[in-house]
Amino acid sequence: MAKFNKKKDGELPPVNTAALPDIVFMLLFFFMVATVMRENTLKIANTLPVANQVEKLDKKNPISYIYIGKPSENYASKFGTEARIQLNDDFADVDEIVPFINQERSALREELIPYLTVSLKVDKKSNMGIVGDVKQELRKANALKINYTTGTGDVSANEN
Amino acid sequence: MAKRAAPEVNAGSMADIAFLLLIFFLVTTTIPKDSGISRKLPPIDPNDQKPPIIKEKNIFAVSLNGKDQLLVEDELMEVKDLRAAAVEFLDNNGDGTCSFCKGKKDPTSSDNPDKAVISLKNERETSYAKYISVQNELVAAYNDLRNRRALEIGSQKGFPNMNFIEMQAKYDDVRWSGNKTKLKEVIDQIQKEIPQKLSEVQ
Repeated sequence: MAKFNKKKDGELPPVNTAALPDIVFMLLFFFMVATVMRENTLKIANTLPVANQVEKLDKKNPISYIYIGKPSENYASKFGTEARIQLNDDFADVDEIVPFINQERSALREELIPYLTVSLKVDKKSNMGIVGDVKQELRKANALKINYTTGTGDVSANEN
Repeated sequence: MAKRAAPEVNAGSMADIAFLLLIFFLVTTTIPKDSGISRKLPPIDPNDQKPPIIKEKNIFAVSLNGKDQLLVEDELMEVKDLRAAAVEFLDNNGDGTCSFCKGKKDPTSSDNPDKAVISLKNERETSYAKYISVQNELVAAYNDLRNRRALEIGSQKGFPNMNFIEMQAKYDDVRWSGNKTKLKEVIDQIQKEIPQKLSEVQ
């Protein structure tokens, strides 16, 4: 009988922590699902214009991003205030687009290459000159599927 | 009497609660998706082909100058009026071959939606915001016409009260249980009848 009578008087039993892993995993999964990872650190101002006739960008197809906008404050002294192109993590010139597209393509499986879409994330304050140059380069690289990535809303919001 | 130890809290079902929450969040959260206006660039033609000759009346010239002013068929216009003007041009049906058009049949405007071309020209100084606004309105004009057509033929083909945008959304929706091959035929037919002919001048 002594075996069952191990009563320690007045001592609280330890808190059961068996479910702690569950809670932690739950949080982990939640954040894994809900967060979108920012692939690139932006070095430029990037406020997208809005449009209401938008199509969703299909994540099943590969997407490459080209950012255009004027350098953000930290970089303004070095790179000026004219709109610049950002590829991956760094500023780039127009003639770096073709190698960039080729590099993006080489990372893809062969059957996906024709479906590569280039998403142009252009700041609404930039002007069409640089966008036109980028489009011309994309034509040279034969990356013809493009998407002017925008927010959703009425176009009258673009005026200011 | 000796003080009793507090009974241990039964935590066996904690994991169940955790999973319940996990599944709830899994089901309810949506990952934000990028969206925008999709365009296809013209390929660079190596052997300098001559562009096809298009009649002047079949071209709807839209141009944006460096001061963000919109010029449509040589007249100044506000962006908000562009959609209606573009619909009127596309829907004109000058040669009477378009069976579903409701336009004015003006002989000086476009022949039919298949021949009508919208040409968009911009300067280097044009702002991107304005350009997107104009692109958006032109796409909206095509979508308006396609929606109208979809409502007309959709009811005959078994997709009543569904506009073109909804048809496309349904077609891409994996959970939709309708007849996708039939829907695809309707979508293709509308796209063929009202093709998006939007050319950009360099």
